Amino acid sequence: MSNKKTLFHKVWDDHVVVAETPDTPAILYIDLHIVHEVTTPQAFSVLRNAGLAVRRPDLTLPTLDHSTPTTPVSSFKDLLVAGEGAANQVRQMEQNCKDFGLDLLGYGSGQRGIVHVIGPELGATQPGKTIVCGDSHSSTHGAFGALAFGIGTTEVGHVLATQCLLQRKPKTLEVNIDGTLPVGVTAKDLILAIIGKIGVNGGTGHVIEYRGTAIDSMDMESRMTICNMSIEAGARAGMIAPDDTTFEYLKGRPRAPRGADWDAAVERWKQLATDDGASFDKSITIDATQLEPMVTFGTNPGMVVAINDPVPEGSDASFRKALDYMQIESGKAMTSHSVDIVFVGSCTNGRITDIEEAARILKGRQVADGVRMLVVPGSELVKKEAEDRGLDKIITAAGAEWREAGCSMCIAMNGDVVQSGQLSVSTSNRNFEGRQGVGARTVLASPATAAASAVAGRIADPRNYS
Amino acid sequence: MKVIKRIQGRTVVLPTRDIDTDQIIAARFLTTTSSEGLGKNAFYDLRYNKDGSEKTDFILNQPAAEGCSILIGGNNFGCGSSREHAPWALLDYGFEAVISTEIADIFRSNSLKNGLLAIVIDTASHERLMATPGEEIVIDVESTTITLPDGQTIEFEMDGFSRHCLLEGIDQLGFLQQSSAAIRSFEENRRWKP
Ligand code: SF4
Repeated sequence: MSNKKTLFHKVWDDHVVVAETPDTPAILYIDLHIVHEVTTPQAFSVLRNAGLAVRRPDLTLPTLDHSTPTTPVSSFKDLLVAGEGAANQVRQMEQNCKDFGLDLLGYGSGQRGIVHVIGPELGATQPGKTIVCGDSHSSTHGAFGALAFGIGTTEVGHVLATQCLLQRKPKTLEVNIDGTLPVGVTAKDLILAIIGKIGVNGGTGHVIEYRGTAIDSMDMESRMTICNMSIEAGARAGMIAPDDTTFEYLKGRPRAPRGADWDAAVERWKQLATDDGASFDKSITIDATQLEPMVTFGTNPGMVVAINDPVPEGSDASFRKALDYMQIESGKAMTSHSVDIVFVGSCTNGRITDIEEAARILKGRQVADGVRMLVVPGSELVKKEAEDRGLDKIITAAGAEWREAGCSMCIAMNGDVVQSGQLSVSTSNRNFEGRQGVGARTVLASPATAAASAVAGRIADPRNYS
Repeated sequence: MKVIKRIQGRTVVLPTRDIDTDQIIAARFLTTTSSEGLGKNAFYDLRYNKDGSEKTDFILNQPAAEGCSILIGGNNFGCGSSREHAPWALLDYGFEAVISTEIADIFRSNSLKNGLLAIVIDTASHERLMATPGEEIVIDVESTTITLPDGQTIEFEMDGFSRHCLLEGIDQLGFLQQSSAAIRSFEENRRWKP
């Protein structure tokens, strides 16, 4: 056995409280636990019934995002926009945080937002940390060289009470992306292409490490988009080694270390990269130079095609069922379909660069007649920054809606819903049946493709809108 | 958690691949703050038309599915969202086990923690089970085998710890709490503090 280690193994080994044995999983320490209103109420109830406290309120970061309306909220009456259940859930979260001594980033904090957007932007997400949340897209935080993964509600309770989880060590999958992405092709297109290649179960049981020249030259927000969708390939987590781009992003953020602590942290973070010669359980390589803007045509993120290519043929029942649901035919390009709804937002593409990208295309243009476009910032801080830069003006001048921060149409549990039969081009991460509303037909795409499609009134190649 | 040693029941087959947890329970049903009573919403959009009437062609609405407690699903069952509402809904609906050739990581872990047996078997055995819906089978956790009506057995793998927890009815939070001294010493002795 060589002592060369991968990024994943370094972070894992650094957090083992009790090592795994054939009979018992490892006890893994968790450095940051992000919590939101939807997957925690039952966990807080378990603690309450057992008379337990939250072990480390200082390592727990609670916010409101999933079921919150994206219309401005000033009172309980406004919260009811999203329905009685959602309003109760928000109120219960506020109460739980009060009862357990947690500092909720809720209404009025100015820092509320999607769990996977606020962790990084506040600098709470850092290299080498273990990070979990009751949400599968926790893999986003892996963009910083953290080991981050989604957990269920029972496990949320475990972390609240003990700051630890019982875990079996996953395997590792190296995804090498060589070359530079062509102009007009974004991180979203790359990750969709990767999922298309390895399949929606290609990463099951594995932690992916994304590497290669395309990743090295990427900014942090693009890296987050890549790691975010690791779960859509079934992977436990996605990781990228921290480098100068990472350190530059984090420096000066509210929860990042300062002064001498910062210097020490950077020294430590520099040791995290995978050692030369360390081995992975599996490995694949993607040629970045051949990629094009990608869109999905089916009902999972692996059913994906280059924007001008014909939708492939498939004969098995699951494939046919998906195309029936989507009302899409094999043999024709997705650009032949007209669009009803365009959604720019979510933890995949709701950050400032995403909104900037959409605004760049909307500038001086109009959303096509009959198309409704929502632009939903991933957090209150993203919203403020966009407004400071005047992006909201460009967006509303084009006829799109500029909303409050939240998950919104990504999960459609806050009142923002795609109607049955409508075709939605969405920058979110899941095109599952009914994900954006009963009967909603979701096409996943990059912010640029989404904005171009809003303007064209049909699915459009963003490279024609430079 | 209750002790589960052995389950006996009839199978129902849902052959579609990649059944995600949004289909098992849609997000609009997640505004609950309880983990109970979710069975009525399990597979809701597959079970019901927009007007609330039953979709008669959906397998779970057919008389043959009545009383079946073991779900045979297509490959990559339970992918997508981490919502534990999915196993809660399946259990409340009346399922005690889900069998597939592949089960997504988070769903599998959530299921086993709630006493829903999430079991992965080989392709040939899976095809065999898919071909004969409605048969009565026995899942034995102790010997990690499935016994078919003709006496034939299928072996499956289950993590030793999950199996132990099922057989002994062990609550994993309690198990973690027993290591509180180790957790404290880890916190005190680590090289850096988060
Ligand atoms: S934006 Fe969507 S995927 Fe991301 S945390 Fe919210 S609901 Fe989950």
